Amino acid sequence: MEQQLKELKERALAKIKEASNLKDLNEVRVAYLGKKGPITDLLKGMGKLPAEERPQMGALVNVIRETVTEVLEERLAKLEEKAINEQLAKEAIDVTLPGRPARTGNHHPLTRVVEEIEDFFISMGYEVAEGPEVEKDYYNFEALNLPKGHPARDMQDSFYISEDILLRTHTSPVQARTMEAKGGAPIKIICPGKVYRRDNDDATHSHQFTQIEGLVIGEDIRMSDLKGTLSLFAKKMFGTEREIRLRPSFFPFTEPSVEMDISCFKCGGDGCNVCKKTGWIEILGAGMVHPNVLKMAGYDPAVVSGFAFGMGPERIAMLKYGVEDIRHFYTNDVRFVSQFHRTEA
Amino acid sequence: MYVSTKWLNDYVNIEGIKPEELAEKITRSGIEVDSIIDRSQGMTNVVVGYVKECVKHPEADKLNICQVDVGEETTQIICGAANIAAGQKVIVARVGAVLPGDFKIKKAKLRGEESNGMICSLQELAIEGKLVPKAYAEGIYVLPETAIPGENALPLLGLDDQVLEFDLTPNRSDALSMLGVAYEVGAILSQGIALPKIAYKESTEKAQDLLKLRIDAMKDNPMYVAKVVKNVKIGESPLWLQNRLMAAGVRPHNNVVDITNYVLMEYGQPLHAFDYDRLGTGEIIVRLAEEGEKITTLDDVERTLNAHQLVITNGKEPVAIAGVMGGLNSEVHEGTTTVVIESAYFAPASIRRTSKEVGLRSDASTRFEKGVDPERVIAAAERAAQLISEIAGGEVLAGSVMIDELDKTPERIIVSPDYINNRLGMKISLEEMLSILERLQISTEAVNGQLVIDAPTRRQDLRIKEDIIEEIARMYGYDEIPMTLPVSESIPGGLSPYQAKRRIVRGFLEGAGLVQALTYSLTSKEQAQAFALETAPVTELLMPMSEDRSILRQSLIPHLLEAATYNVARRTDSVALYETGSVFLGEEEDGLPLEVEHVAAVITGKWVDHAWQAETKTVDFFVLKGIVEGMMDSLGLAGGLSFEQTTIEGMHPGRTANIVHNGERIGLIGQIHPTEQKKRDLKNTYAMEMNLKKVLSIETDVLLYVPVPRFPSISRDIALVVASETSAGTLENVIRSAGGKLLKNVKLFDLYEGDNVEDGKKSLAFSLTYADPERTLTDEEVVKAHEKVLNALTTEAGALLRG
Ligand SMILES: [Zn+2]
Repeated sequence: MEQQLKELKERALAKIKEASNLKDLNEVRVAYLGKKGPITDLLKGMGKLPAEERPQMGALVNVIRETVTEVLEERLAKLEEKAINEQLAKEAIDVTLPGRPARTGNHHPLTRVVEEIEDFFISMGYEVAEGPEVEKDYYNFEALNLPKGHPARDMQDSFYISEDILLRTHTSPVQARTMEAKGGAPIKIICPGKVYRRDNDDATHSHQFTQIEGLVIGEDIRMSDLKGTLSLFAKKMFGTEREIRLRPSFFPFTEPSVEMDISCFKCGGDGCNVCKKTGWIEILGAGMVHPNVLKMAGYDPAVVSGFAFGMGPERIAMLKYGVEDIRHFYTNDVRFVSQFHRTEA
Repeated sequence: MYVSTKWLNDYVNIEGIKPEELAEKITRSGIEVDSIIDRSQGMTNVVVGYVKECVKHPEADKLNICQVDVGEETTQIICGAANIAAGQKVIVARVGAVLPGDFKIKKAKLRGEESNGMICSLQELAIEGKLVPKAYAEGIYVLPETAIPGENALPLLGLDDQVLEFDLTPNRSDALSMLGVAYEVGAILSQGIALPKIAYKESTEKAQDLLKLRIDAMKDNPMYVAKVVKNVKIGESPLWLQNRLMAAGVRPHNNVVDITNYVLMEYGQPLHAFDYDRLGTGEIIVRLAEEGEKITTLDDVERTLNAHQLVITNGKEPVAIAGVMGGLNSEVHEGTTTVVIESAYFAPASIRRTSKEVGLRSDASTRFEKGVDPERVIAAAERAAQLISEIAGGEVLAGSVMIDELDKTPERIIVSPDYINNRLGMKISLEEMLSILERLQISTEAVNGQLVIDAPTRRQDLRIKEDIIEEIARMYGYDEIPMTLPVSESIPGGLSPYQAKRRIVRGFLEGAGLVQALTYSLTSKEQAQAFALETAPVTELLMPMSEDRSILRQSLIPHLLEAATYNVARRTDSVALYETGSVFLGEEEDGLPLEVEHVAAVITGKWVDHAWQAETKTVDFFVLKGIVEGMMDSLGLAGGLSFEQTTIEGMHPGRTANIVHNGERIGLIGQIHPTEQKKRDLKNTYAMEMNLKKVLSIETDVLLYVPVPRFPSISRDIALVVASETSAGTLENVIRSAGGKLLKNVKLFDLYEGDNVEDGKKSLAFSLTYADPERTLTDEEVVKAHEKVLNALTTEAGALLRG
């Protein structure tokens, strides 16, 4: 009997080992551990044994059953893992296939530059002022110290709608309107917008372009305040290393008037093709608000002073991104505009 | 303005200062130097030659064989110029010479004859053709007899010179003269300047005896000086004079004309020379032209004059358009012997107007229209008289013929050092300020701590205190100004709610896949009102540059379509663009058009393009509609939004809708009409445009959290068949109003037309969600509510329920 049991166990274990898949293994389970299997039979036949042998044999049968069950479970786990692995191997993909494109658009590069400038000045306490693109000659010229017949009007040939109405040639009329509306109160604004001049479109000219100007009016506003403000701006916009310098210039609406250069961000000032070997790049025009402009808007130039500055986002974008032709900004070639979807540097 | 440093050195000592250094100093303190022109252009080995012999080349008609004495030797040079002749002194580039453009001169053989160098024209020495005297424009240049063979030709021709090109701002017309530049440079270098010494012998005869003067237009011509020079010999100017004119960008003509031009460049005072005998009447009368009066100017063009234009006449007919150009009839010519030199002050506005109307801008008119220095009118006339007597052998008649009612009182400016310092944010002492003004030769006195300034008449840009601030600041140096920030009451900056929302709209549209475009506001007549949401009288330019850019647009769509066409033509088949910008409508009370900001989008091609997983989708109405809905939702305006079928010219009649918010039309959306698409080389293109100003002005509810449902919702599906023309929107409205407050959501999930559905009918399926935030709904409640919906669909929409 004992020998019989031992052989049964060996046979069962051999069968388990032989089973190479879950189906075979299940057959082994049914064959040896099932209700009709030899072990069950053995337990059923226990009654025939003498009473004193029963406990010993019973224990032996149970041990065998447990051993077989245990080995079978182990085998089962292994085969299951193998089956899963085979399944996963079948599910493998080519990870180099292209992904589903995430559709996204982006800012026009000029909007990007304008918003960057807006955000800097907003952080300095400025508001954003806007005004009409079709303007009265009064706001576009006269209120800015450019009376009819002034020689500087030649500098900006304009698109007239009628004798007194034209497409604005700069965003300065927004300053004039804001001053008039503020009725003597302090002002800190920047004015972005589209402007128009009678130029033939070519690589460096566009009959429509953008401008962004700033104006600060208050008691005791000094030229040093202008310089400090512009220096912070240059560092924010073009890098903390940037130095600025002012050069005398002329604008009818400011006196004194200056042009601001920044140290070249490409060569750091040593001279390169971007800065035309000078180490400096002209970025904007600025100055102290002309007393006539203050007077015309109802401010007393003896008490109140101010500074103004203006720049061209096209020029800044051209410098920053190395764009060589201003017309790229207005052809809306997706292959151009879409390049400005990513972060800088 | 071209400033020869060689010439400038006559008035201010700039010896030993590198041109680059000088240019930098001038630029930093006031006048931008655009470029430095090295007139020598790196030329070497260019000498004076003497043509001893000149014979025709036996093998070539147009070539000459010359034996040229070049100092050290006599050598053979072949020359093709027609004006070469024996006995001439010429410019020779010797073998080994380098000419501009790195042109190296080598030994050559021309048709069997040796040539050891080249005889040069001025053009070959990098002088612009338009500056070369007419006599030498087509051939070689002939040097004066005094030139010594073998001598370096470059200094002789004034080409050992550096010329500064000034980019003058309109206020600095004082620097339109060598003397003006000298004052500026003198101030920068802390030097005085040496003015030209004017001295000449006068004859006993008086100018007044030969010439009478009358001015009938004193306002436009308050000062006129004429000098008369007799026994003049017209001829070629000496080389130094020609050189200086060419360096300044002026073409030499003859000695008298060259002298008037030289004085113009030196003093900034335009002069004109008349032939006294051709004048004919011994009289000059300055007056306004008669309407329609004619004059033929020096450029041989007959011009018709207007009544307000100032003319110089001989008492009978115009002999010059004052300040703009002389007349052909009184021009100085080879045979002229008596010359009248005119030096005058003409009112700037009058000259500017005339010069514009006549279409002539000359060196003279550009100076007159900015206002010449009243103090130089007489001096310039005398300087010219001196030079004519020296160079053209003339005899200057005594005195001048002159009328002078010009106010020459200098402008007085009083400003305190404190005012200057407060505006600059600096602490410059009174003494320093005085010293700067002295360097600039601006006469100043300190009275009771104030600066009392008499602005020199040559500096018409100095009128107010701020002008003095600029003089002090630029000479003291802008680098010295400290950096501070405005000290003022802190006011929070920021975007207005409108501007902030506009950024949200842009951000949403870009997130949804649209690229921002920026197109022109000016458009053509045909496109101005195409696709417009709203039309009004157009705003048209008085003088457009082209028909394509002549009118302000009333819709953004046409230019976006142009951009789409542009991209498609360059093989970018899928385009999705949007733009925010103004349209211009009619005319408001103040005469300006109403400017309304719009947002528009155009999409064409594929919306989803992921072919290898069989996922591609062509753009359609619903892609764009979904974007509009999403955009409105991001603004809190999803509720109340509806789309109403409509027809718009240029758009597909069955696929176009008005975008409506709470009954108000705020935009349009649809497919571009197939005919229009074809015209624009586009396929399957959709567009929308909305009144952004209106949209962003709609008041929205405040954003408040709605509790997340705690009780389960119950869904019920409905499948129904309706007449084809019944819109899904109508059905949804019926469902919503019948569903009551338990109905939380209605979603269309199937639409079918075709087999198994009767002709003229369509099948739709909706999923309805019922819920109550306070409790779990019972079956009976849902059944009751749903029955109502089903009933309404049957009775109100004539729907046949399926399944
Ligand atoms: Zn550089």
